[in-house]
Amino acid sequence: MALQSLDIVARSATTLPPPQIRHTEEVAKLIDISKCIGCKACQAACMEWNDLRDEVGINFGSYQNPADLTPASWTLMRFYEVEPDGELEWLIRKDGCMHCAEPGCLEACPSPGAIIKYSNGIVDFVEENCIGCGYCVTGCPFNIPRISKKDNKAYKCTLCSDRVAVGLEPACVKACPTQALVFGTKQAMLEHAAERVAELKERGFKNAGVYDPPGVGGTHVIYVLQHADKPELYELPKDPKISPLVRLWKGITKPLALAAFGLSIVIGFLHYVSVGPNEVKEEKKDTDSNPPA
Amino acid sequence: MTNNWIDIKNADVILVMGGNSAEAHPVGFKWVIEAKARNKAKLIVVDPRFNRTAAVADLYVPLRSGTDIAFLGGVINYLLTHDAIHHEYVKAYTNASFIVKEGFSFSEGLFSGYDSDKREYDRSTWEYELGPDGYVLTDETLQHPRCVFQLLKKHFSRYTPDVVCNITGTPKEKFLKACEIIASTAPPNRAMTSMYALGWTNHSVGTQNIRCMAIIQLLLGNIGVSGGGLNALRGHSNIQGLTDLGLLSNGMPGYLTLPAADEQTLDQYLAKRTLKPLRPNQLSYWSNYPKFFVSLMKAVYGPAATKENDWCYRWLPKLDRVDHEYDILRVQDLMAQGKMNGYICQGFNPLQASPNKAKTLAGLSKLKYLVVIDPLATETSAFFENHGEYNPVNPAEIQTEVFRLPSICFAEDEGSLVNSSRWLQWHYRGQDPPGEARTDIQIIAALFLKIRELYQKEGGTFPDPILNLHWPYLVPSEPTPAEIARELNGYALADIKDPQDPNKILVKAGKQLDGFAQLRDDGTTACGCWIYCGCWTEKGNQMARRDTYDPANRGLVPGWAWSWPANRRIQYNRASCDPEGKPWDPKRKVIWWDEKKGMWTGIDVPDYVPTMPPSKGMGPFIMLPEGVGRLFSRGYVKDGPFPEHYEPFESPIGTNPLHPKVVTNPVARLFSEDHKELGDSSKFPYVGTTYRLTELFHYWSKHCLINATLQPQQFVEISERLAKEKGISNGDEVIVTSARGRIRAVAVVTKRLKPLVVNGKVIEHVGIPIHWGFKGLTHKGFPANVLTPCVGDAVTQTPETKAFLVNIERA
Repeated sequence: MALQSLDIVARSATTLPPPQIRHTEEVAKLIDISKCIGCKACQAACMEWNDLRDEVGINFGSYQNPADLTPASWTLMRFYEVEPDGELEWLIRKDGCMHCAEPGCLEACPSPGAIIKYSNGIVDFVEENCIGCGYCVTGCPFNIPRISKKDNKAYKCTLCSDRVAVGLEPACVKACPTQALVFGTKQAMLEHAAERVAELKERGFKNAGVYDPPGVGGTHVIYVLQHADKPELYELPKDPKISPLVRLWKGITKPLALAAFGLSIVIGFLHYVSVGPNEVKEEKKDTDSNPPA
Repeated sequence: MTNNWIDIKNADVILVMGGNSAEAHPVGFKWVIEAKARNKAKLIVVDPRFNRTAAVADLYVPLRSGTDIAFLGGVINYLLTHDAIHHEYVKAYTNASFIVKEGFSFSEGLFSGYDSDKREYDRSTWEYELGPDGYVLTDETLQHPRCVFQLLKKHFSRYTPDVVCNITGTPKEKFLKACEIIASTAPPNRAMTSMYALGWTNHSVGTQNIRCMAIIQLLLGNIGVSGGGLNALRGHSNIQGLTDLGLLSNGMPGYLTLPAADEQTLDQYLAKRTLKPLRPNQLSYWSNYPKFFVSLMKAVYGPAATKENDWCYRWLPKLDRVDHEYDILRVQDLMAQGKMNGYICQGFNPLQASPNKAKTLAGLSKLKYLVVIDPLATETSAFFENHGEYNPVNPAEIQTEVFRLPSICFAEDEGSLVNSSRWLQWHYRGQDPPGEARTDIQIIAALFLKIRELYQKEGGTFPDPILNLHWPYLVPSEPTPAEIARELNGYALADIKDPQDPNKILVKAGKQLDGFAQLRDDGTTACGCWIYCGCWTEKGNQMARRDTYDPANRGLVPGWAWSWPANRRIQYNRASCDPEGKPWDPKRKVIWWDEKKGMWTGIDVPDYVPTMPPSKGMGPFIMLPEGVGRLFSRGYVKDGPFPEHYEPFESPIGTNPLHPKVVTNPVARLFSEDHKELGDSSKFPYVGTTYRLTELFHYWSKHCLINATLQPQQFVEISERLAKEKGISNGDEVIVTSARGRIRAVAVVTKRLKPLVVNGKVIEHVGIPIHWGFKGLTHKGFPANVLTPCVGDAVTQTPETKAFLVNIERA
């Protein structure tokens, strides 16, 4: 199974057709929150593999460190103390890029080739093409990309596209001690997720389920949630969609503008073909200049 | 661990109490998750805090820190009153039927024989009644009023659910739910594993916490079976190796013990330790003590150890009293009294790790010299530096000369580490050490050679043990890990003959031994640590094996590394079979009696005499002279043959509801100076408890940037109720004080700590993670041990750092 093809199937601000000869399986990372112990091995592995070193921050009254995703922290364990059924639960969610099938960031990005999607489903930022406009931040329904103050470029999880390209699992998955993180084809992950959901239901989590939101065409990072009916417990959007602003910009305004732009060219051209150039003829001028008799 | 990490996957119930394995052992914890996912196991967490382990538990049960015995005593009472015990196992494999001497008693919190002046027990009544044949009298019907079973029932009958919950603060329905799940493992086809760590040991009743669980597991028939056991999870990667090699002040390798002052002759010494069977047909494996001891002395003193000079027995230091160990609390006390000149600290950071930091600081300041052998610039090695409120000292007033000897990190040399599973795993050098760092072996060798040279040149009062120390290494200044490992395994000094057939030579002179059965007490074998015998044989380095073959998929992996003793993966595995030698549960077979072959066979190395037929009635606990497990621990545990609930020395309720006259452990260690530094609940109303976090490893990994990023700043945890009462908001700075000192930290206000109602009083905890100091890459912080008291467990002298009193205010 070729997980490792890096054919680009979508490129920001580009309409060139993608390569179509090779077939790649879509990949996915499954995050099983019911198996997560919040050890942050994934965070450490991410920093190690990607050569990221974030600042030593402060404790703001939580086990969550750093406080938020940053240009140097591409993944983060978020800790939620909730009492959905009266009993305390400590839900620990690994946050990071969801690698949407229909990526809002890519749609929003105006810079050609700054955001790309591979045929295996990974959405990657190509920082040398990034112009730091921040449209991807607006475009993302999960609040993931972060713009660096150092170089004014956007950063986020790459799903270790470099590792996946050579047949390895992402660094976070490799480091996870409890198999709360697993990686494989999206199909295999969905099957594994279904088994996990069945087991959780047996244990009394009636509303256990998979988080693979259709509003963004599904994602290549999917969750097993104990309370899939209440994704807000995990600070996950219930029905994520690409922001209407992006839709407006990409869906209506941009095509309209492009259409208007195109139309003006077409009209000009048609005018040119049908009417011809607006040539000034001396004799006609002369004729024209003659007042009607 | 009696079992091993992988075996946890075979459990039906996992009880994590006295530990927080998801937090402190996240990698091994995968087997808990595996048991849940594949074995439908239930995970119970009993802890003052809803911790990371609780985050994935099926049942979380709160209790007040320091009341584990009350809780577990309640479980014992529940099992006995609900008849939820494994009857056949209890009858055949425990001392339930043994009759105890007349004169043994327990009343008002004291066992018979207490001497209040000495604060110790005369333990002579805590023994069995012997018959005229010298064997213990028993009553197989378990009805005799002085049989262990009846005494056990009587002792724990006081631990009713109401009494228990009044002490522990546990909601009664949660306590009963836990009892019900634990009791579900009494049938032979179900097993519970107990996973614990410092949450049980760091108490003035630490040993008895664990004894309590041993009793429960014996009653349930969970010892020796796959998926069961009493599993101590070790906190350092090689702390099991440290214990095995006897690096405690009263120990010697392989759990042999140093002599006491009243054991001036070898005969006296051996007589006390060479235990004869207490019941017919029992093995009592410690009857081989002389073989282990003489072989050790041959390894230590080589040719100088002879039969004529009692194998150099006279050269061994004799402890001036049996319980006069030079443990950390005593060393700290002697240092603070100015009675110590020098201190060598190897891989140890006492300024951070010992209780009552002020006392440690005073002690270090009185030394003439301090040597620190460590890969890092530890706080101890910089104790004389002023770091403001974090280390408020005046360097000008400290005259201690400090030597820092940079050592390597484990990955910078080859060698073996022993994990909690008792596996000796060989590893190789990952990279060269930086700068001037030397291996610990090189440092110790250099010290030894220099000291020996001084003795050679200048003589001295007692040069013999130094001058005659056996030092057979190829390069004396650099013994290799392989040379030392081979010495620990042991070798034959003469041809070792088969005792059954003198013409048969088992091992030729000069060859490595195959196992401890080949050890001799006549000076023909040398062995540095008898339990390690078999780790490096003539077949090579067994610790370096990496075969993942796993027969029957039970997680025993016999070809992976080497597990002491004898590569056995589950200790006491004879108890996994019924008295006839058939596995209690055919689904979890480990070993069994093969009638045709006339021997024990299976997928693990039998913990038994391989050819001993079941009909002979030899018990499965072959190390003990009884041959069976001890529900009643005789005189071996100093504070009682049965566990009893005593309050922590700093008790938030100031009384013991079970016996108000005896509030705390009457034989726990407390020096007079430390007694003055105990606080009470009028000034310090909250229970302080210390613990570790996943992101940081003790006081080491704060020196690594990534770890520092993940847990950057010191914090303490309090409940929402306490925060409201004290006007503290989440993220505020707070001051936590105890009778010993104060720390400043960020407050994490959490739902995971809840107030508990104890003896009619609302009790709050303040959770205090331990990791920060004035060195490293995190923000500077205070060791939690600024606050903790110097109180030691009666048996191990482990300090009581899990339950003490504090106050908290907004900074």
